[in-house]
Amino acid sequence: MTKDEHKEGIGGMANPRRYGIERVAYLLMRLSGLGLLAYFVAHIYETSNILRGQVGWDELLEMTSTTEGHIILSIVIGMCVFHTVNGIRVMLGHGGVGVGKPARPDYPYEPASQNYRHKIGIYSAIVLAAFAMMYGLAVLFGE
Amino acid sequence: MAQVTSIAEEQTSTPLSSSKSITLRISRYNPKHDDSSIFMEFTVPYQKWTTVLEAILDVKKHFDHSVAVRYSCRQATCGSCGMMINGKPRLACFTKISELNSNVITVEPMSNFPIIRDLAVKFERMFDSHHKIKPYLIRDDTELESDAKEFLQSPKEVEQYIQFANCIKCGLCNSACPTMATDSSFVGPQALAQAYRYVADSRDKGKDSRLKMIDEPHGIWRCHFAGSCSQVCPKGVDPAMGIQLLRGYLLGFRS
Amino acid sequence: MKIHYGTAIAAVALVAVHVLMRLTQGFAESLEYESVLANYKFVPYAIMLELILVLLSIHGFNGLRVILLELKQGRIYEKAVSYGCLAAMIGLIAYGSRTIIVVNMGLV
Repeated sequence: MTKDEHKEGIGGMANPRRYGIERVAYLLMRLSGLGLLAYFVAHIYETSNILRGQVGWDELLEMTSTTEGHIILSIVIGMCVFHTVNGIRVMLGHGGVGVGKPARPDYPYEPASQNYRHKIGIYSAIVLAAFAMMYGLAVLFGE
Repeated sequence: MAQVTSIAEEQTSTPLSSSKSITLRISRYNPKHDDSSIFMEFTVPYQKWTTVLEAILDVKKHFDHSVAVRYSCRQATCGSCGMMINGKPRLACFTKISELNSNVITVEPMSNFPIIRDLAVKFERMFDSHHKIKPYLIRDDTELESDAKEFLQSPKEVEQYIQFANCIKCGLCNSACPTMATDSSFVGPQALAQAYRYVADSRDKGKDSRLKMIDEPHGIWRCHFAGSCSQVCPKGVDPAMGIQLLRGYLLGFRS
Repeated sequence: MKIHYGTAIAAVALVAVHVLMRLTQGFAESLEYESVLANYKFVPYAIMLELILVLLSIHGFNGLRVILLELKQGRIYEKAVSYGCLAAMIGLIAYGSRTIIVVNMGLV
């Protein structure tokens, strides 16, 4: 944090505790995005092992078809589903869909944009990600 | 940390009837000679209706008059008393101690605003951003003719923007915004919401120039709809709604 | 940002197909060498993989660029981040495309 500007810095940006589920979703979106990018780069690298023929490919499968590999993949599945579903919610919100209509505000001044539609979208993303992770674990460890 | 436990004797006939008290932790910092802020603690009595601002003024009156705090209307109209109260930006005059459900109340200057001293912060950057989006009606007819009448608006047209006109420039939204926490160049939710206020006003003809102004790397595109600005707004402006509706124009969802 | 949204929507559909290919074929069987080779040699599938590579590279590195630009500002830093992400994007697309093209042409 720059002392002069008294900015909260990364700690403030990443603190999801004070402002409701929407702020949590914002943080999870960033974290899942970075995680997926890291996985994507690793995936492009690992699939390039096919160029080393059967031996190279089998070595790769040996490395990834482990308990740790399956757990990492299931986390990736969860991140992917959350990022996708929440991303669709955010895209619709960015276009003004589901953010409510302007109206004369009245006490207690509840913000219309923080409505049940978007909260349901966020919770759906989390629940679907959990289900996808469980399904992924069942497929991976069921083999 | 200074610990002061008892209130001084008041030379008045009004008895102090409350037996309830809280610990008020006030951040003290003078940029001219302090390296970092410290917290001073005061035990302050309160009633069911006592606001945080009243508690701070109590401290100024009885313990330490040098606490720097900005306030004016005491009724959530002027937007002067914005500060971090238990980690969240709120208006001190609009926050009752009883609703915080805590025996310890921590007050700090608003985040993302440079500190003048203690709880008072500088608003120049916010006012500059606000000025940048041209917060006035822009029209082609620059001179009013002698028989000109008022600009007529239907109640429905007023409803489109009146919510955003409630902004009291308290800065709580800018303090809560996660992008403002790290991005010095971001326009901020206050300015963006006000940009929408004028774009949505049927009397205004400056939509294109305002959209052009916010269509930049550190303009509207740095908003990610975290919604924290709307969570903290004390006047129901709902800046997040305004920003997304404004973005709808740039994305082609609205014309 | 329109690029960010566009690449996201397009990638979702294609990645769903990519994942379903693994699941419908039986996960372990679909990862066998011959099966993967056959996938790469099937031209429509190879084109789909190439599209996924391009779309996700753009979406991912643009997202990283947005996060990095918000963390620090300054003309030189912003230019460095933008060009750095662009270079990483191009690098990853080139590296992944090499795999697809070489395998598709049967040069393995």
